[in-house]
Amino acid sequence: MRQHIASAFDRDLEGIQAQIMKMGGLVEASIRDSITSLADRDEDLAERVRAGDKAIDALEETLNDEAARVIALRAPAASDLRVVLSVMRIAANLERIGDLTKNIAKRTGVLVHMPPVGGTGSSLKRMAREVELMLKDALDAYIQRDQALARDVIERDLDVDQMYNAMFREFLTFMLEDTRSITPCMHLHFIAKNIERMGDHATSIAEQVIYLVSGELPDEARPKSDSVASVGVDERGAGPGPEAEG
Amino acid sequence: MYDAPYTERTTAVTDVKISARDVQVYYGDNHAIKDVNVDIQDKTVTAFIGPSGCGKSTFLRCLNRMNDTIDICRVLGKIELDGEDIYDKRVDPVQLRAKVGMVFQKPNPFPKSIYDNIAYGPRIHGLAKNKAELDEIVEKSLRRGAIWDEVKDRLSEPGTGLSGGQQQRLCIARAVATEPEVLLMDEPCSALDPIATAQVEELIDELRANFSVVIVTHSMQQAARVSQKTAFFHLGNLVEYGETGKIFTNPEDPRTESYITGRIG
Repeated sequence: MRQHIASAFDRDLEGIQAQIMKMGGLVEASIRDSITSLADRDEDLAERVRAGDKAIDALEETLNDEAARVIALRAPAASDLRVVLSVMRIAANLERIGDLTKNIAKRTGVLVHMPPVGGTGSSLKRMAREVELMLKDALDAYIQRDQALARDVIERDLDVDQMYNAMFREFLTFMLEDTRSITPCMHLHFIAKNIERMGDHATSIAEQVIYLVSGELPDEARPKSDSVASVGVDERGAGPGPEAEG
Repeated sequence: MYDAPYTERTTAVTDVKISARDVQVYYGDNHAIKDVNVDIQDKTVTAFIGPSGCGKSTFLRCLNRMNDTIDICRVLGKIELDGEDIYDKRVDPVQLRAKVGMVFQKPNPFPKSIYDNIAYGPRIHGLAKNKAELDEIVEKSLRRGAIWDEVKDRLSEPGTGLSGGQQQRLCIARAVATEPEVLLMDEPCSALDPIATAQVEELIDELRANFSVVIVTHSMQQAARVSQKTAFFHLGNLVEYGETGKIFTNPEDPRTESYITGRIG
């Protein structure tokens, strides 16, 4: 799109979009590090992830201040308005993902002092890798205003949901086999749930890309596979736990 | 409580007040308005926006035949007010303008008393049978112009002695005194300070209950604030016409987008 007559307006909008990319980079790294700390039983790395969340939170605050400033001073309309609104929503999604990685790091701090459970580490890593890629693609789609890539990200959330469902059953089996594994399995389950929630946030970012480009949010017709919420008493007597806290 | 409306954006009526079909305007050889088709709704504020020279004022002036006074100006096509062709030979422009009032950029009160400024139109159109009725019309019009309280004790003083914002509201009161059905406003606030502008905008919103208001404005924020419908003109074409909220959040035409986001002047 061509430049604004007021070039300072362009600089403002580029500025907040650059901030979003910076924040996205930090969050991607935080996903990677949190899951690496778990797989490698690296307590120091987990501690760094927990400490790093402050920088992500600070960026979100800056972004919201800048966005409010642009609204007050420039009265953005049409696509400019959508840039500002989408930036604020994406920042909120990224901040939430940051909180979830922090929660994973917290649980890692507990898990390193317990014996490892089965072969769940590599499944979690694969799932986290997939979510990290979804986030990366959602942010790329944002910068390139690429609706097709954004739709692809939304579709891929189904895979993440299915991975989570499979892991849920796996943890259930472990816990039934050996009650001593209940504590680590509950932590691991929350970690899996956290990763699944990150996928939802990446999806929400992809939806913002479609809103930014087209002016409309996509229809609520995306594939869903949340079978865990309907696991009944007749099956295993367990339901999903509460969502992770920040 | 839960379904309390946001600032009223929709209009209760969808009746068409003015209908324009294939309107062309030429100033000599200059084709100023090209193929404009638009339906202006009753009891609605419609804003015309667009860069200077885009034809929005020219088109506005077609709606009460103000262009008749310009010799080299030719208007083609059809403009109907309540289904009647306003360019029909049998239509008296003076009677038309009583129905389609106009307020201009610069407040232009007559060099007469405040009372006579308002009473002038009703007198020449014979709207009052006696002094008491005329007094009533004057008070009602000044109240509609949201200026009654400020001038009620000085009705015999000259209208030109009022402040700019008061003069403009006096002119609006004068325009509504003849009970028009449509009020055309050409940049009514561009000579006013922000407080007077806010008062006039509030007034426009109140006038919507009784009139169809068409406003030409260079301030996009003003168009966004006061109107329910917006028409964007560019190089003599009506590029886009639609609900104001839609035009300012997700316009369809890239030229509209460029204009409202400050990319073309």
